[in-house]
Amino acid sequence: MCALKLKVRSILGLGVIALQLACAWAIVPPQPVRPGEELALSTAQSGKYGGRLAIALRSEPKTFNPVTLVDGSSREITGRLNADLIHINRATQNTEPALAKSWKVSKDGLRYTLQLRRGVRFSDGAPFDADDVVFSFAVYLDEKLHSPQRDLLVVGDKPIAVTKVDAYTVAFQLAQPYAAAERIFDNIAILPRHLLLKTYEQGKIGEAWSISAIASEMAGLGPFRLKEYLPGQRATIERNPYYWKIDKEKKRLPYLDEITFLFVPSEDAQVIRFQSGETDLISRMSADNYAVLERDQQARAFHMNDLGPGLEYNFLFFNLNSVLPKGAGSVAAKQDWFRKVEFRRAISAAIDRDSITKLVYRGRATSLVTHVNPANKLWLNPNVRLAPRSADKAREMLRTAGFSWKQDGTLVSASGAPVEFSILTSSSNAQRSQIATIIQDDLKQIGIKAQVVPLEFRSLLDRVFQTHEYEAAVLGLGGGDVDPNPQMNVWLSTGSNHLWNLGENKPATPWEAEIDGLMKQQLSTLKVPARKRLYDRVQQLVADNLPIICLASPNILVGAKNKVGNFNPSILDPYVLWNADELFLQ
Amino acid sequence: MNSPLRRWLAVLVAIHFIFLFCGFFAPYDEAEQDRAASYAPPTKLHFVDVAGRFGIRPFVCARKEVEDSSGGYEEDCSHTYAVRFFVSGTKSHLFGVDAPGRISLLGTDGLGRDQLSRFLFGARLSLFAGLLATTLALIVGLIVGMAAGFYGSIVDTVLMRLAELFLALPWIYLLLAVRAFLPLHLSPEQTFLLLVTLIGAIGWARPARLIRGVVLSGKQRNFVLVGRNLGATDFYLLRRHILPQVYGVVLAQAALLVPQYILSEITLSFLGLGVGEPAASLGNLLGALQQYHVLTSYWWMFIPGISLIPLFLAYFLMANALQRRLEFIPI
Repeated sequence: MCALKLKVRSILGLGVIALQLACAWAIVPPQPVRPGEELALSTAQSGKYGGRLAIALRSEPKTFNPVTLVDGSSREITGRLNADLIHINRATQNTEPALAKSWKVSKDGLRYTLQLRRGVRFSDGAPFDADDVVFSFAVYLDEKLHSPQRDLLVVGDKPIAVTKVDAYTVAFQLAQPYAAAERIFDNIAILPRHLLLKTYEQGKIGEAWSISAIASEMAGLGPFRLKEYLPGQRATIERNPYYWKIDKEKKRLPYLDEITFLFVPSEDAQVIRFQSGETDLISRMSADNYAVLERDQQARAFHMNDLGPGLEYNFLFFNLNSVLPKGAGSVAAKQDWFRKVEFRRAISAAIDRDSITKLVYRGRATSLVTHVNPANKLWLNPNVRLAPRSADKAREMLRTAGFSWKQDGTLVSASGAPVEFSILTSSSNAQRSQIATIIQDDLKQIGIKAQVVPLEFRSLLDRVFQTHEYEAAVLGLGGGDVDPNPQMNVWLSTGSNHLWNLGENKPATPWEAEIDGLMKQQLSTLKVPARKRLYDRVQQLVADNLPIICLASPNILVGAKNKVGNFNPSILDPYVLWNADELFLQ
Repeated sequence: MNSPLRRWLAVLVAIHFIFLFCGFFAPYDEAEQDRAASYAPPTKLHFVDVAGRFGIRPFVCARKEVEDSSGGYEEDCSHTYAVRFFVSGTKSHLFGVDAPGRISLLGTDGLGRDQLSRFLFGARLSLFAGLLATTLALIVGLIVGMAAGFYGSIVDTVLMRLAELFLALPWIYLLLAVRAFLPLHLSPEQTFLLLVTLIGAIGWARPARLIRGVVLSGKQRNFVLVGRNLGATDFYLLRRHILPQVYGVVLAQAALLVPQYILSEITLSFLGLGVGEPAASLGNLLGALQQYHVLTSYWWMFIPGISLIPLFLAYFLMANALQRRLEFIPI
């Protein structure tokens, strides 16, 4: 009797395991297109269904909640699970209809009326309509949630008013004209009201869809939906069978059955995984690693692409914060030098940017004079040019600013103090450490003793953003869009990324006040040529006053296995997965 | 002194002599960059010119970048530079070539700095950090060990429990924590002293326990007891009768501890907690190997790591020879 029981248990146990395995390997087929569905048409090459794609992520996602996410890994995954109303096409860099099939702008530029697609369903099969849009924007605009998207949705100090006109029409009322307003809809994920309304009313939406959430309790309008998340190992997303895009052959996208995100903490380990064939796509790598992979591309059936300069800009900046912590007397004393524009200009003139692009980026980068990269042809001010490096000019500027040299060549200030400062860099970013070492050597030639201090990235950010305990630092910022608007938080004196002087209540200098005015003015100017003139002036002011000394913008370097179809990487983030719905395996 | 001991001691003295005068033996300064020669392979020495004539004086060819965007270099023997010995510029060097020629016998790093020069300067820093830290650890260990062994009872109990506490500490984490608390702005000299103090201050426990053991047995010897009965003071007994008995242990420990502490300095510098750029240390040089492209592309960057094998071997063989000699020391 006992033996029989054991046998039955074993068979049942095996059955459960087999069922679990079957579920894990089950493939969700796309739903057939139904009449009345207003689907978007993809112009990419038609592919074939099936296959799994693997890509490595540098860190694990912190959340799957689009309202609260701030980190890159969460954005990379969640971006594939959700969709927006109007989308920036990463290839053309122009806006295109997404969940909104069309939109109209009133003559005064204050009212945007969006027509939504009919018949669209969330990944759990529930229908999508204007109520979801109104609900989503109410959540993003909720002050208590501190959603990072809120800043974009507040125009002229007033939040955008969102009203439902009918089940498939939504109106957005702006307090003042907003340049390129349709671009702000990009990456604002539409949330499922039917799943999140109750959570929102309970005041718990900030905690919803955390990494411990059950996949079946989440839904989105993106091409994929979450299948499983294994902490420390991987996250897998599977096809959304109700996705609202079709190809030229009327086949519902996406083609891929699944995408697996492997958590691989270092760039070198990611390169090794790609080289060994464990992952299918790779992005965000150094030029040195790119060279290693480029050598192998013929033999290992993958190809590498250098997309040219991206929107990231690396720069050196000094601590100009007016509020310093107690005991930071040495920084305060050095701020007398840092605040002199001639000092900053001399430092800029002494830095050999060509060596930085050649040695650090192996020539796969562009030297910068301002934050706007020459690749951003639409917004670049061509009249702001990079002067050739000149140690003599640098010395002349320093002399004008009251500095002098001791007999041993050491630069001293008017009070006789030797000019020395430390440059913080991220210890995990070999390129930025190398940049700092090159700057150190360049400054030595004009008598300045700079010390390079590599710090763990979080400690570095803590010093720059919280404690202000630093003298100078090398950092980089990246733009998500070529348009100037996402740069508002860097250039406005009250901006959260106004790195050199954070927490200003009012502009510290006349030129910062002018930049504030210009940035606000361009935001509400609708005509592109007029905006361009205003932004040109901002670039000129940045180049003249050097709050940040721009150095170089690295090229975007990516790679993919030859079998990945429709691989069309972009210089805008996300570089390789922006068209995940169109990717297929040949 | 027996033959193997003398042999290994001579080898180590020679190695340390070269590193001590690295400014003379290195052709360039450790921080001097040649930005036109990033990751250039070792320069070849030639004895036969283009016309096929052999000469005793070696020469090097000019270096130029390969024109295929691979970032590699090739020799251009239409321009040659004779290797000169005892050259004097701003400083005197054992050898060098006339500008614009460059001689990099161990290749260059990513910023075009001569790896041989950086290796010599880096090894000086790492080796002397090891030697000084050992000296510090042995002095503390000697005082604590002798006091514990000689006085016994409560002194022994307290000191030995303290030693056990230090032995149980995960020292690498302790070093990381201490370094993290210290100010950012430290010059290479200050960092060097700090490293030496930290490593030495943590490492006294093991030699202290060994010395205590020797003192415990040594103080029971007849000549010590006689000395005590004749009214000798504790200090006299320790200095004249006990200390000579522990010399051998101290020397053998020194030979074992030096490579261990060199490795500690290398570990800290490898983790970015040692001396900062542009100063070189063996840890900094090995740190470059953390990057995959360096590992796979530039074999000459391994040389500093490989060079540690014969160095450590020499130390261990000397320690071995010392221990053997100890067995025959008449006490």
